[in-house]
Amino acid sequence: MNWQAFWLTVRLAAIVSTLLIAIGIPIAYWLAYSRWRWKFLVEAAVSLPIVLPPTVLGFYVLVALGSRSPLGRWWALYTGHTLAFTFEGLVIGSLLYSLPFSVQPLVSSFGAVEPTLLGASASLGHSPLQTFRRIVLPLSKAGLITGFSLSFAHTLGEFGVVLMVGGNIPGVTRTLSIDIYDQVEAANYSSANRTALVLLVISFVVLSIVYGANRRPWGVGPWR
Amino acid sequence: MAVKIVIPARQAAPSAIEPVPISADLEVRIRKRFPNPAGSFNLNVHFRALAGFTILFGPSGAGKTTMLDCIAGLTDPDEGRITIGGEVLYDSDKSRDVPAWKRHIGYVHQDLALFPHLTADENVGYGLRALRASERRKRSAEILAAFRIDHLRDRRPAQISGGERQRVALARALVTEPRALLLDESLAALDRPTKLALVDDLRKWNQNHRVPILFVTHSGEEVYALGDEIVMLVAGRIVAQGRPHEVMHAPRVATVAHLSGFENIFDVTVVALNESRGTMTCRLANAEVELETPLVRAEIGSHLRVGIRAGDLLLATENPRGLSARNILPGTIRRLVQRDVIVAALVTCGGTGFEVHLTLASRDALQLCPGQSVWVVAKTHSCHLLSV
Repeated sequence: MNWQAFWLTVRLAAIVSTLLIAIGIPIAYWLAYSRWRWKFLVEAAVSLPIVLPPTVLGFYVLVALGSRSPLGRWWALYTGHTLAFTFEGLVIGSLLYSLPFSVQPLVSSFGAVEPTLLGASASLGHSPLQTFRRIVLPLSKAGLITGFSLSFAHTLGEFGVVLMVGGNIPGVTRTLSIDIYDQVEAANYSSANRTALVLLVISFVVLSIVYGANRRPWGVGPWR
Repeated sequence: MAVKIVIPARQAAPSAIEPVPISADLEVRIRKRFPNPAGSFNLNVHFRALAGFTILFGPSGAGKTTMLDCIAGLTDPDEGRITIGGEVLYDSDKSRDVPAWKRHIGYVHQDLALFPHLTADENVGYGLRALRASERRKRSAEILAAFRIDHLRDRRPAQISGGERQRVALARALVTEPRALLLDESLAALDRPTKLALVDDLRKWNQNHRVPILFVTHSGEEVYALGDEIVMLVAGRIVAQGRPHEVMHAPRVATVAHLSGFENIFDVTVVALNESRGTMTCRLANAEVELETPLVRAEIGSHLRVGIRAGDLLLATENPRGLSARNILPGTIRRLVQRDVIVAALVTCGGTGFEVHLTLASRDALQLCPGQSVWVVAKTHSCHLLSV
């Protein structure tokens, strides 16, 4: 068991899923409440990483982060090194890769809040943002837990994007799934098996949390 | 149609909730196309509600809820103008549209819309965000006590009964001291005693506040219990407006659903008006039979329709005397038909057939049989007038 790769993977997944909740909430808010006629295009774009081959996504991210792109140049100017083949680059790639897994549960749980509750909140003097904070977010606990857990689990297991954007640098970009690949390449099956089992157990636990959280309409709280 | 405002002789002791100094009336003129299962209607209304109860009465789908949503600012009319106490909330000509959360109008939705994750106390305190925590707690405790729900303060909506939820929803809307109160069939689900008690609480509250209260219902009973003023809405239009006894006693527009409640429907001609007694006499078409009915706004010679429920009619085997009922018509039983536990007696009186529903026991006790002479008895108020 490669503990260095394990902790790197967990750190990556934790950072990415936390950031994704922060990024996902405003996107999901807009997707749930906007009445813009072209909204479906944004919905399609957000969901793209689900169907796109990870290598395709990884390739574009690599190009976008490279020293020839504006983002890459700006980053190099600011930090003195490029984004590609770094942990930061991996975080950016993973954010895109797991975006739909945080946004979609949030959109559906925001949309499931009764419109009459939003109306009641407005009649009681709360602006849309205050209503969102005091009514929609608390009633979307299950969606928040689902969004966090799914993007965490999805990031844990990513392979293609990591390989394209991060390469395979021990301690920097070598994640568990790449470690498994390396071990299989080296015909080290028993070690690969142990690592694979760890990923399997973690994924199962995370999905159990997701389904447990969604068991009741509004709640994983002690009151029900 | 001004509403006389009766100031109660004995004002309630001044409470910490200071009365709103000016009573502001609500003026609504809106036009909106709204979807309806039976096709789309144009909601097109113009009325003014003064302080006190104004009942919005009409069948479901008439546009009552859509209108309340427009007043609360939850949906926009296609055009129109909504003002309260002179302040313009919405004006399509001037592109003015105050957002719902700045309108300060209390709205109790049909499903109450209590926040499921908050306790009764937190629900009630929700609209008092602008106040300091201590003040908020004080106000919330006062209104919970006034509505006799202070023992439920730490419970969530799912843990309290329907009647208690209604109280919480009302208290939550009232504690913010809104400029107007919209109640959308908020009491419909309650049993009668609970409903009357709540109405009483509302009346007490409004003695101090004097705001317009728009109360939507499709129950005629609630109209009499509450109404200072009534606006009758059918298919998006106001068809009648005034004091309850005036509006409710106008000949009703007969819809299919309405007609189906009457087994006996007769076309009649008004022959005499007894305004001092509140009654009038109508002659049945193609018959010599006359009926005394409640007075409605009609002229002598006008054609109306009278509906009488078969269960409201009595049969007597001898000419009854000393009865309060004013319509006693001699006739002959043509047929007796048993339907489950009800006996339908078909009786002809002066050339017109009446259907009378009896119990099996009455049939047996009176030993009724076809061909027998009987008297059909109908109270004046069992005769419901419908417009043709």
